[in-house]
Amino acid sequence: MTTLDVRDLSVQYISEAGAALQAVEGLSFTLEQGHSLGLVGESGCGKTTVMLSLLRLLPEAGRIVGGQVLFDGRDLLQISEREMQSVRWKKVAMVFQGAMNALNPVRTVESQIVEALQLHNVVNSSKDARNRAGELLELVGITAKRGKQYPHQFSGGMRQRAVIAMALACNPPILIADEPTTALDVMIQAQIIELLEELQRELNLCLVLVTHDLGVVAEMCDDVLVMYGGTAAEYASSDTIFNDPLHPYTQRLLKAFPDIAEPGSDLASIPGNPPRLDDLPPGCRFEPRCHASNGEPLCVKQLPALVEIAPGHQAACHLVKGA
Amino acid sequence: MEQQPILQIVDLYKQFPVARSIGDRLMRRPNQVVHAVDGVSFTVEKGEILALVGESGSGKTTVGMNVLGLQEPTRGRILFDGYDVVDWARGRLPRLKEEHGEIGRLKRRKQILALRRRAQMIFQDPYESLNPRQTIYEIVAEPCEIHDLGLNSEEKEGRVRAALEDCGLVPAEHFWNRYPDELSGGQRQRVVIASALALEPELLIADEPVSMLDVSIRADILTLLQSLRKVRDITILYTTHDLATAGYFTDRMAVMYLGRIVEIGPTVEVLKDPRHPYTQALVSVAPVPNPRKRRKRMILQGEVPNPIDVPSGCRFHPRCPLATEECGQIDPPYVEITSKHKAACHII
Repeated sequence: MTTLDVRDLSVQYISEAGAALQAVEGLSFTLEQGHSLGLVGESGCGKTTVMLSLLRLLPEAGRIVGGQVLFDGRDLLQISEREMQSVRWKKVAMVFQGAMNALNPVRTVESQIVEALQLHNVVNSSKDARNRAGELLELVGITAKRGKQYPHQFSGGMRQRAVIAMALACNPPILIADEPTTALDVMIQAQIIELLEELQRELNLCLVLVTHDLGVVAEMCDDVLVMYGGTAAEYASSDTIFNDPLHPYTQRLLKAFPDIAEPGSDLASIPGNPPRLDDLPPGCRFEPRCHASNGEPLCVKQLPALVEIAPGHQAACHLVKGA
Repeated sequence: MEQQPILQIVDLYKQFPVARSIGDRLMRRPNQVVHAVDGVSFTVEKGEILALVGESGSGKTTVGMNVLGLQEPTRGRILFDGYDVVDWARGRLPRLKEEHGEIGRLKRRKQILALRRRAQMIFQDPYESLNPRQTIYEIVAEPCEIHDLGLNSEEKEGRVRAALEDCGLVPAEHFWNRYPDELSGGQRQRVVIASALALEPELLIADEPVSMLDVSIRADILTLLQSLRKVRDITILYTTHDLATAGYFTDRMAVMYLGRIVEIGPTVEVLKDPRHPYTQALVSVAPVPNPRKRRKRMILQGEVPNPIDVPSGCRFHPRCPLATEECGQIDPPYVEITSKHKAACHII
């Protein structure tokens, strides 16, 4: 069942000089209940912008210029701010990048979860709120008692768990996690991956994982959307993306990522750098770095659309033809 | 004749005192120390790339700092090309004499600098480690000035050019009048490496040199480090928490846990056939970029203990899934698995 349907989303940032920078262009994807989607791409490709747009939490300079976000029969981009407040956190919750380092240092962890619960009116009394906060902590593997402690008494892994607990406060059907494992040590990273997998299964969550780490995506996600320069490059099941990638960018990205199962195998970087928003190539965003285009006029001039190549496998490349 | 290893570390210990509060002093609580490095020995051969792998708090960075003489070890010896770095830094050794060759003709301070510049460091964050108000030329030439090499401007230019071009910034003229903010992250990291190369060192210590870079350009920097071995005959100590990048380009790997090396051996062997339970766990949880190769994760509960109270016996036993009673009491010696591969565990 489709929980969230994003169609043709476009986002711009207005630069200080007043120019409009195209951060996301014509992005479409769907979230299925109980499934996990990995949103992969390098820094600056627009993945965080997309997620912030879903929640309508873009910074002031950002504006959504087109598209629809369909949820529960409504377009989240059209409803009033007041209605939006009943969606945020209750329906779509997010673990922000670096949130574990943004906990209030002078308040106990429990009181910060209680605040989230009260703000969203999901509890009747403060006693209820404290009980629920305890339950949430237990859910993410922290004994309820430790809620009385302050963030500095928590390790990095525990702070990340606490932030996840906070995101789950209102039982949201959709959980977005932005780089949830990035600054953590390998073993703690594995603990958090395991936790998110368990939560997804138990709560039948629809999980969106935003990350640049292909390994984490391969471990956790059912589907993968590869982004490049604000557009979708390829969208398919995880198995297809990692074993049968069609888009030249996906192919090169995989070759650039070391695989611990094959130590000593060759790695190849992608020449050049990701495009800057104020200097986007006119055609395919990846064309200047592409090994396959060879200056093909179509690639240089026209932005390719995301088309279905095989059932469940979409790619945005002029050179990829369906079987 | 066997060549002398370029770096020999023998039983290195580094402890840091824990700051005591007034309360601690009034209550006469005992002094506490952090055992950052707790008995580490290894050698690095000339031209070798050794990975020092471990989680934060394992002591890998401290080892690097001690090798460079940026910190002074509590105990132990560090021999760099046969010279004792520790005694040198403390000024315990007499000035080298004529029989030591060219270096013997220098003044004492210059002798220390002459040794120092043979080992250089590459820092982690290319966004923070370059002065934004210096041009690339000034950045790369600065070490030569600090070390007062007495180069004329032509020689200096030659060094800067060679360093930049060996780091893939070709032609050097195209880059050296620019400022760091005009370069991409990958190019900046190349500048960081070039400035380490300007002194023509023999040993490079690379502390997480790619962790701040995008995936698509990481491989480039790793390949560059690998190529420096060929071009400049350089030895590299690569400290990282990322087993996968270490697996790509290093010859040998030493896995550290709580200030100790628990396993050391040829990289491919350690990754394909890890023997220490800690290494096995680390390898099993490293994400593999292919869903068909998902493995059973051996997740260790809890976190690395506090290096103030190092557990008795085997320091890994409280988290080890295979621990026996013996493990809590006796510190395990190294067991040789093959001639180059050893691990410290009672169960092997």
